[in-house]
Amino acid sequence: MNRFDYARAGSLAEALRDGAGDDARYLAGGTNLIDLMKENVERPLRIVDINRLDLHGATELDDGGLRLGALMTNAETAYHPQVEQRFPLLASAILAGASPQLRNAATNGGNLNQRTRCYYFYDTATPCNKRDPGTGCGAIGGVNRIHAILGASPSCIATHPSDMCIALAALGAQVQVTGPEGDRTIAFADYHRLPGDEPWRDNTLRAGELVTGIDLPPDDFTSHYTYLKLRDRLSYAFALVSVAVAMKLEDGRIADARIALGGVAHKPWRRVEAEDTIRNQAPSTQAFETAASALLAGAIGQGENDFKVALARKAVVRALGQAAAGTPQSQIDKRVA
Amino acid sequence: MGNQMKVGIGTAISRVDGREKVTGAARYAAEYVVPDMLYGVIVSSAIAKGSITAIDEDAARSVPGIVEILSHKNRPGEAWFDRSYKDELNIPGTPFKALHDSTILFSGQPVAVVLGKTFEAARYAASLVAITYQEEAHNIDFAVSLAEKFLPKKKRNTYHPPKTRGEPDKAFDAAALQLHEEYHLATEHHNPMEMHASTVEWHGDGRITVYDKTQGSQGVQAYIASGFGFSKKDVRVVNAYVGGGFGSGLRPQYQTQLAVLAAKKTKRSVRVVMTRQQMFTHAHRPECTYSIKLGAETTGMFTSIYGDATTSTSRFENNMEDIVTWGMMNYASPNAGGEYTVAPRDTYTSADMRAPGAATGMTLFEIAVDEMAYKAKVDPLEFRTINYSEIDAMNELPFTSKALREAYREGAKAFGWSRRTPEPRSMTDGRELVGWGVATGMWDAQFSKTSASAKLSANGHLEVACATSDIGTGTYTVMTQVAADTLGLSITQITAKLGDSDLPTAPVEGGSWGAASSGAAVQLACQAVGKKLFKAAKGLEGDPFGAANFDDVEFVDGHMKLKGSDVAGVPLTTIMRSSGENSIEAEETASSGISGMISMMKKARNTHSAVFVEVKVDEDLNVVRVTRVVNAVAAGRIINPKTARSQILGGVVMGIGMALHEETFADVKLGRWMNHDYAEYHVPANADIYDIEVLFVDEPDPEVTPLGVKGLGEIGIVGTAAAVANAIYHATGKRVRSLPITIDKLLELEK
Ligand SMILES: Cc1cc2nc3c(=O)[nH]c(=O)nc-3n(C[C@H](O)[C@H](O)[C@H](O)COP(=O)(O)OP(=O)(O)OC[C@H]3O[C@@H](n4cnc5c(N)ncnc54)[C@H](O)[C@@H]3O)c2cc1C
Ligand code: SF4
Repeated sequence: MNRFDYARAGSLAEALRDGAGDDARYLAGGTNLIDLMKENVERPLRIVDINRLDLHGATELDDGGLRLGALMTNAETAYHPQVEQRFPLLASAILAGASPQLRNAATNGGNLNQRTRCYYFYDTATPCNKRDPGTGCGAIGGVNRIHAILGASPSCIATHPSDMCIALAALGAQVQVTGPEGDRTIAFADYHRLPGDEPWRDNTLRAGELVTGIDLPPDDFTSHYTYLKLRDRLSYAFALVSVAVAMKLEDGRIADARIALGGVAHKPWRRVEAEDTIRNQAPSTQAFETAASALLAGAIGQGENDFKVALARKAVVRALGQAAAGTPQSQIDKRVA
Repeated sequence: MGNQMKVGIGTAISRVDGREKVTGAARYAAEYVVPDMLYGVIVSSAIAKGSITAIDEDAARSVPGIVEILSHKNRPGEAWFDRSYKDELNIPGTPFKALHDSTILFSGQPVAVVLGKTFEAARYAASLVAITYQEEAHNIDFAVSLAEKFLPKKKRNTYHPPKTRGEPDKAFDAAALQLHEEYHLATEHHNPMEMHASTVEWHGDGRITVYDKTQGSQGVQAYIASGFGFSKKDVRVVNAYVGGGFGSGLRPQYQTQLAVLAAKKTKRSVRVVMTRQQMFTHAHRPECTYSIKLGAETTGMFTSIYGDATTSTSRFENNMEDIVTWGMMNYASPNAGGEYTVAPRDTYTSADMRAPGAATGMTLFEIAVDEMAYKAKVDPLEFRTINYSEIDAMNELPFTSKALREAYREGAKAFGWSRRTPEPRSMTDGRELVGWGVATGMWDAQFSKTSASAKLSANGHLEVACATSDIGTGTYTVMTQVAADTLGLSITQITAKLGDSDLPTAPVEGGSWGAASSGAAVQLACQAVGKKLFKAAKGLEGDPFGAANFDDVEFVDGHMKLKGSDVAGVPLTTIMRSSGENSIEAEETASSGISGMISMMKKARNTHSAVFVEVKVDEDLNVVRVTRVVNAVAAGRIINPKTARSQILGGVVMGIGMALHEETFADVKLGRWMNHDYAEYHVPANADIYDIEVLFVDEPDPEVTPLGVKGLGEIGIVGTAAAVANAIYHATGKRVRSLPITIDKLLELEK
């Protein structure tokens, strides 16, 4: 392993001081960062352990929302009574990901900032623009079963692998950030980015900035929601396609619908235009298909992942049906609801 | 002692080494700590073919703690001739010699090993070794390699050429029902939990002890001696615990070569451990394409069977499997034939992986059989009984036993097969389509010459020993049980030793012959000790056994007693004491003997199974769940129903993986396997496994091996993937002929 300095931050100020610059990395659960260091993909010169920072709990916000600390683990979050009762979509998405052991160690801040699972990104013997800018994209014309069908660029076709983030996108969460230039709030839709010609930038966090928390707005999506994840085995695999739906029904009509897709793009994929197509509509397969078409407009495969276009379409229709019917996908019973 | 639990042959006892394993007391090859040991980290080739033009070691050598960097430039001398590197499997070709020269034969090939005083230093320095290559055109695309397929002149000695009977071509052309389809299995990597590792202890007096991850300690011992300039007596190889093998440890792997070369170079002890990624740079199950032509009468009776298969190998060795023979042996058809070739790719040589050949050939054939059953409109299970062969139909030999009919019957009953409706898509459960499929499994019941020793101490403790391996199959337990059975002792009075080249001779553990062979050897050794005890008992006060012969006594509850007598008899410790000896020892060899050899030529010996599978497939999304499996196995005598069941469960799980998950993805431009970790190379997770029921049908067979045991390590996987594929067809009407059946293949069929 590369030689690096290790600092354990006792306060936010210390963390920001030690975490300044491009060569430092914050260490939370370590389930992604340490793996990448072992593979020589990440070679930070300074590790700033933030686990002692006071960012572990969940706090109620004045507007009725809930703030999740960046250092709450994924498991603590999913089983937190407030999350279970008021944000079951988030709990469900978290429980669809990884394994119990990983969820016990992984933190919310780390989950947001985890890197792609693209095979080439992980293998330093191969070309990858995200890892080594300018070396080319191995996945284009290569093994790309797990890659993007939306928002990709000629320099990178990677996907963001998180399940949690797909639910956060649907819920319209906000990311609380602090940094050398002070505090910022970033709307979830603006947090992750498309690869464009700077694929090495996964998100809009600036150098040295630290995620402190994630704010969930108070909207009530407890009756009509679902997280449907399709993958190459029934558990413990990243999504080929996943769908988070948060919906409100009034008098048998859809008053509000949020649809976010995972496994298909460099960021959680939402399109307000698609959601608008079903607003004020009665739930129907036809309406859901229209929404799916709008959400997937322009989707294009890279060869091995061509199937994802059709699969995503079916998944969106099914997930909208689950949400409308109030029969969310169980993460324990693997039968698709 | 009187109410001692029965522990002998046929009893379901827990593994005797279970506690060591779950508490971490069991040591694996990478866990032996030797004083002053160096840590070796392997540098792997980034290219698939070509040569090394330069190695820049400066940065790596300047890392504190780095002692040496070994490459083809400075490795110590090794043997010249290919034959010096032949292992027990004796694959025709040029065995791979690590660091031999600058040539690159496959991506991930070890090109250097960095030796450091700490693992961390070595790992970091390894990342700094900069290698320049001259690249050459390469190919790892199996489809492309088929253009170069051929039948090797020199065959692997386990290879059985298909024997033609009748006129399969003519019969096919004339058949009322015809099927001609192409079947395929993806490349799979073994991936046992334990990574390949070797710890070489350098004793400094010419002797070395090698703690190795291998399925055969004595094979590795001979290999190190002949390839690396040691005398055999100076090399001891220990593999007391092996964290799974599945065949990846049948041949000495390259980390053994590297560790031995490094120890020779530095004259120090060295440990080399592969990373999980490096586990994808050596042994793998060959990719296979199998064209099957079947002809049948309208009744479903086969008139012709013809198979033409190709499996992948490397450019430097010709690994061969039996693919097309299984269908020809298993089914009665007056006409049958086949062809087989290998196709070379620029990879490491493909290798035996759990039930090599059968897991591929029988499985793919059983999908074709299912297709023909539908063509004939005959229930797939009935179809198999219509074409049932009492004999090995290819070799025209009777079996020592074949209770496959019983396996079909009992399996079907346990599964509830009679409630199946024949039409595809005719059974549903909510939005899931339900499918029931069946397939047949077949594997060899092999026996291999094996020696074992037994030593009874004065305190009544028995030690049995054999150089065989326990690759997770339960050999420690089987040896203990056989010994307990033979000498009437309890488990706690017995220690089984294995996994050490110093122990009595045993072959590499594979082919499911371990239990039958080492069990038989242990029984012979224990019987010999028993005879010596009987002799010693003659000297007992009062001569309690009087005129009795050895055949008149038995060993029960730590006593020797007259058969049929109500009297407890004499404790073995009493006999030992009166003998005045500290211990009584014997070493014996179990071999098939002359009569066995003759029987071997005149009879076929095989295990069989009938696998029944239920799948539920979401009608729109094509998510597949394997909700129920019944595997009915005919495998002769079962020594331990618990470890036996566990072997079958493992085989079934691996079969489900073969059906739905396992596949190594090739980047054909780079010539490299890309999904080289557990996150992206998928094997079944807990959620993929529902109910699995294992049945052993009664199959007494005193002829097959001395204990009547046939072996169980491999039969569980054979056919399982076919039963899944067939169930998916029954559920959905979609026939996928290429394994694994992933969601994209099912979607594709909707177009
Ligand atoms: C085998 C495997 C399977 C997995 N399967 C899934 C899955 O199915 N679904 C899924 O969603 N995830 C999955 N994961 C990923 C897992 O969710 C992430 O690894 C985890 O969420 C990362 O959190 P962490 O706290 O361990 O992050 P770390 O590894 O500590 O950090 C990850 C990155 O985030 C940065 N970081 C951490 N905290 C902060 C912060 N507060 N502010 C700024 N930057 C920060 C670090 O610097 C680092 O770059 C899997 C992981 C593995 C290893
Ligand atoms: S898809 Fe992105 S991450 Fe993957 S190889 Fe291409 S550039 Fe790298």
